Amino acid sequence: MTSTVLRSLNQALHSMMEEDDRVYMVGEDLLDPYGGAFKVTRGLSMAFPDRVWTTPISEAGFVGVATGMALRGLRPVVEIMFGDFLTLACDQLVNHAAKFSWMYAEKVEVPLVVRAPMGGRRGYGPTHSQSLEKHFLGVPGLAVVAVDPFGSPGDLLRQAVADRRPLLFVENKVMYARRVRAVQAGRMGAFSVRETAGPYPTLTLSLGEFLGGDATVVAYGGMAELAVEAAEELLIEEERVVEVVIPRQLHPLDVEPVVESVGRTGRLVVCEEGSGAAGFGAEVVAAVSGRALEALQAAPRRVAALPVPIGNAPTLEAATLPGTGEISSAVRAVIGPARPLYSIG
Amino acid sequence: MDGGSSEFVGPRQRWLASEGSTAERLYGQMWLIREFEERLLSLFEEGVLTGTTHACIGQEADCVGVINHLETGDVIFSNHRCHGHFLAYADRPEWLAAEIMGRGAGLVGGRGGSQHICYEDFFSNGVQGGIVPVATGIAMAEKARGTGRIVCVFLGDGTLGQGVVYEALNMASLWSAPILFVVEDNRWAQSTPVEKELSGSMVARGEAFGVASSEITSTDAEEIYGHFEGIVAAVRKTGRPHLGVIHTYRLCHHSKSDDMRPEEEVEARRALDPVPLLRSRLDEERASAIEAAVQKRLEEAFSWALDQPHPAAETLRDPLSTS
Repeated sequence: MTSTVLRSLNQALHSMMEEDDRVYMVGEDLLDPYGGAFKVTRGLSMAFPDRVWTTPISEAGFVGVATGMALRGLRPVVEIMFGDFLTLACDQLVNHAAKFSWMYAEKVEVPLVVRAPMGGRRGYGPTHSQSLEKHFLGVPGLAVVAVDPFGSPGDLLRQAVADRRPLLFVENKVMYARRVRAVQAGRMGAFSVRETAGPYPTLTLSLGEFLGGDATVVAYGGMAELAVEAAEELLIEEERVVEVVIPRQLHPLDVEPVVESVGRTGRLVVCEEGSGAAGFGAEVVAAVSGRALEALQAAPRRVAALPVPIGNAPTLEAATLPGTGEISSAVRAVIGPARPLYSIG
Repeated sequence: MDGGSSEFVGPRQRWLASEGSTAERLYGQMWLIREFEERLLSLFEEGVLTGTTHACIGQEADCVGVINHLETGDVIFSNHRCHGHFLAYADRPEWLAAEIMGRGAGLVGGRGGSQHICYEDFFSNGVQGGIVPVATGIAMAEKARGTGRIVCVFLGDGTLGQGVVYEALNMASLWSAPILFVVEDNRWAQSTPVEKELSGSMVARGEAFGVASSEITSTDAEEIYGHFEGIVAAVRKTGRPHLGVIHTYRLCHHSKSDDMRPEEEVEARRALDPVPLLRSRLDEERASAIEAAVQKRLEEAFSWALDQPHPAAETLRDPLSTS
């Protein structure tokens, strides 16, 4: 059955609240009939009126409240209406939720999930379009997971709610409407798929049956779908074989699948929708260089947003955020002009 | 001394089980806090302790006046100036001393130090204001779980500068959280006098959110104890928040040796020092006996703490590691 990412996440929340009365929703404008700005929580307040708390416009305050709830055995799931507003809750995440378990010598746990819709391409302008997760990568004690349309987004959210660590769950706004592409018996359409073990499996997609390839593209969240599109186009139009590695847990990052893929391709492109400096791409490139420098046959490339705020005008926004064109160009750049084996005609 | 296996007895139960008049019992607790802080400061001066600490000298009456009303299971969230709150809550100076000394046997294994401790239902954190919504969330969780427990969170006049405090007051009132906000107004936010950091009224801040609010200007432990008896009972009975302001004074520096306040102001406030104030109501012999017993306890506590090893660096691991 086809489903959208939105539907998959919404159904997961419904079933979790049904199964576990410790699960609470906390955030702005969550009540039906509105059901949350992007409708991920639609229907929940009708079904579970006592456990869906619509809040004042107080991101720091309600992330703190949810942290307190998590400390005392509940399983709060916070929605930040726009991920851009996470900055308001930064102190709560960095100096409270992320620190408590370690700082208090593991006497407590903070099983907190903060869901944050990130990303642009919807014309919302500079403060409602960003992908700010890079600022939360590498905070000791704070896990960061990003969902994508592949496999089961709802299952990923279930894992996050079951997780006993405080966790930032990054969703991409454009992705909500996308069809979920199931992974079955190691395949997703024309791609062969490998998945790592664990609650947040990294996917590696190959259009060449993992027998080798021209480049590895690492992309998460909303960029994952664009990377897959770029890989499809590069195969069809230029006979380039690209492997796409899609991590779900961005921090701490399991770099092993990337190292393995680069071992087959020798070339690396890392994508993120946010600005690039000191970002996810920098971390992946550093980690791969440290692990498998000898496998790299060319300098890795990063694909990221321009270092400017995201303009409202469609022309400005499109020019600022990376798309499939930028991914394909980066792949061509790392492959270089002359690669006889796969060159066209 | 390092047992920790015995069942924790909350402050109210311990209070009811203790002997002596109200004044004597309060005095014993305050003397413990005062002497603990003085010993700590001496150790800093001697170079035995490094880092920082925030003593509550002058504010002991708040600690004992409020906390003795809290039952086993009630939650306290304290701040950077938490030693007195902890000692009134748990009466375990040896574990606090070990923690501040960075010893593995400390309350949180030497990870937190002076400002970041956790024991049973007591927590503290060093960032101003952020603990207030967390405490509110704890209160909401206790309410959701139907435990009947209440939460007490301590803040100061300086903390009223943090916006998140008002977010928490708003939500606590909207959602009827069983929480007591105690504002210890010690007149100075680090080096800044209250008239340079706070406009308007403290109690009106609570009232504006529909939070029952009260204030008391006192360093008299018996008076504060009596004042908060009804307040704690009301929070428990109504399940509604209360903002209780105590106008007091910090007789020591903010942290270790950073006191730039006018000497004459501090001297004038020494006349209201809560410790001699209460002592004057006690029989001299009883007072001396209480003090001697406390000194002996603290002697043993600090000596035990100093003997404990520092935590091994090899114990560090990524808290996110699931392996």
